[in-house]
Amino acid sequence: MTRIKEKFAELNAKNEKALISYVMVGFPNEKSTISAVRGLVKGGIDIIELGFPFSDPLADGPVIQNASTISLEKGTKIKKFFALVKKIRKETDIPLILMTYTNILYSKGYAKFISEAKKAGIDGFILPDMSIEESREYLLAAKNNADTIFLISPNTTKARIEKIAKASTGFLYLVAVFGTTGVKSGIKKYSLDAIKNVKKLTKNKIPVGIGFGVSTPEDVKKYVKAGADAVIVGSAYLKLIDKTPQNQLESKIASFTKNLKKQTII
Amino acid sequence: MRYPKNGKFGEFGGKYIPETLVPAIEELEENYLKFKNNKKFKKELDYYLKIYAGRPTPLYYAKNLSEKIGGAKIYLKREDLLHGGAHKINNTLGQALLAKKMNKKRIIAETGAGQHGVATAMACAALGMKAEVYMGYRDTIRQKQNVFRMNMLGCDVHPVKSGSKTLKDAINEAIRDWITNVENTYYLLGSAVGPHPYPVMVRDFQSVIGNEIKSQMKKINNKTPDTVIACVGGGSNAIGTFYPLVDSNSEIIGVEAAGHGLKSKMHSATLSAGSKGVLHGMMTYLLQDKEGQVTETHSISAGLDYPGVGPEHSYFKDSKRVKYHSATDSEVINAFLTLTRMEGIIPALESSHAIAEAIKVARKSKKSESIVVTLSGRGDKDIEEVQNYLKKHDKN
Repeated sequence: MTRIKEKFAELNAKNEKALISYVMVGFPNEKSTISAVRGLVKGGIDIIELGFPFSDPLADGPVIQNASTISLEKGTKIKKFFALVKKIRKETDIPLILMTYTNILYSKGYAKFISEAKKAGIDGFILPDMSIEESREYLLAAKNNADTIFLISPNTTKARIEKIAKASTGFLYLVAVFGTTGVKSGIKKYSLDAIKNVKKLTKNKIPVGIGFGVSTPEDVKKYVKAGADAVIVGSAYLKLIDKTPQNQLESKIASFTKNLKKQTII
Repeated sequence: MRYPKNGKFGEFGGKYIPETLVPAIEELEENYLKFKNNKKFKKELDYYLKIYAGRPTPLYYAKNLSEKIGGAKIYLKREDLLHGGAHKINNTLGQALLAKKMNKKRIIAETGAGQHGVATAMACAALGMKAEVYMGYRDTIRQKQNVFRMNMLGCDVHPVKSGSKTLKDAINEAIRDWITNVENTYYLLGSAVGPHPYPVMVRDFQSVIGNEIKSQMKKINNKTPDTVIACVGGGSNAIGTFYPLVDSNSEIIGVEAAGHGLKSKMHSATLSAGSKGVLHGMMTYLLQDKEGQVTETHSISAGLDYPGVGPEHSYFKDSKRVKYHSATDSEVINAFLTLTRMEGIIPALESSHAIAEAIKVARKSKKSESIVVTLSGRGDKDIEEVQNYLKKHDKN
């Protein structure tokens, strides 16, 4: 059983839903990533997504784009990233997911990248531009090695949801809104309907997490109530990291996380 | 025409896209397949291509240039004479008409130098639709005139300030817009790039170039040309020129922008110096660093300034059916000046890459041979750029 599956089983037993956070590594520097992760753990986060920057993040809104650019300018590299993951692994056993774009894995070779990431302590992958049609080699490389978390959208057809759910392990990532990451437009009825629909179609075989545009405890509460097994908060964390001085980062992130986490305990 | 299974040209192409776009891409493919052989659609498109855009374009024998070089006869396929001044209108009319049939009320597009943006604005104006165009902030400064032209044609231009602020970032931003407004928006992509079915659709709409070359050369020589040459950025005029001729005996050469030289890192020669990767929804050759980060490009011609290339070109490179060469900025300026002075034709700097190659090939070939060069656009837009180059390099 992978760390991600264990985590969902553990939460299930406690009648809790998962809170998942996203932080871009190296934004604004490596030290702040370490502090942010410590704050997340202190605040009770369940799973952490670590964003690795890509030059052309076409599924991301302005906040993550900007974090990506800064991280690259600060010299974030794959080798340094794996070293950072190892450092984090020494402090916590929390599931770690790498979120980046297909080309980062492809250019090193899927198998090689995934096995090195796994060795460093990565448990799963989210690639927003990896479609199910192009995923054969990627899935083969990840099999029995790491979880492959695919995304679905409110406009994904029933047949595709079933197909994608089969290829996904760990959880299924439901994109809440039509749009890029971090777009704040209030919670839409179609997003809540999508949760119910996906939960029904997947018959509890795989947890369903919802993300994109989630930023407040109120948002988390509504999505949990609609039936989400996990709620993912990304851009809101990056905004907080951006405006918080380094010496307060750990405590600010911890208290922000605590407030969100409360909403996942039913 | 051959239709690639699963959108793949060998290992290249495909659909590497966010899931939100899948229904839109599937709807597009379904409608494209439905309309591309529909008689009424073809008739309507033919009408606009002829009466509005000015097809067929002439195949001009460049007598002065050919005789001066003393080798093969050089023919120019005059896409520069089309409405708007470039081949781009072949594709924008086709796609805008398709969007209209699909009842899409909102058109978005990206543009580099502005040629595709202008051609989109024209096609949309003619067909009574509204377009919005994403353009890299740096390009809006370099090509101010085209921004004004688009505005006058009734089109909103959104400057893109992310990343390198050029064409690749304009494509990123157009895709982000599409993800956000997927239900009512048609993305009118300008080159033979992006996720399937764009590369094949743009190829088909541009293939009018190669098909006309074939029949025009048949009248002149009763055979296909010995050599065909076109410039390659994203590669739409090139694929349109090459595709109808890939089963012939013609030698086919694509010419990329070598900028300051292939070893300088200041170039856009994706096929000559790149490696395989995934960008903008497709697997293709890319200019990227060892970590898979896409690198910035340079070319004297804004239209070739792109770190990727159409996936079918990647396939033709690996299968060796097409040779991909390159021309440096300085060779391009020389070709530009030569054609302008010898034939009274001012070529676009993009097309001047193909002219530079044609001059090299002609020198080495016999008088009995024929070379067709696609002159993809006219050079009026580039006058300032050329003046600056000459001033800087003291060639006046």
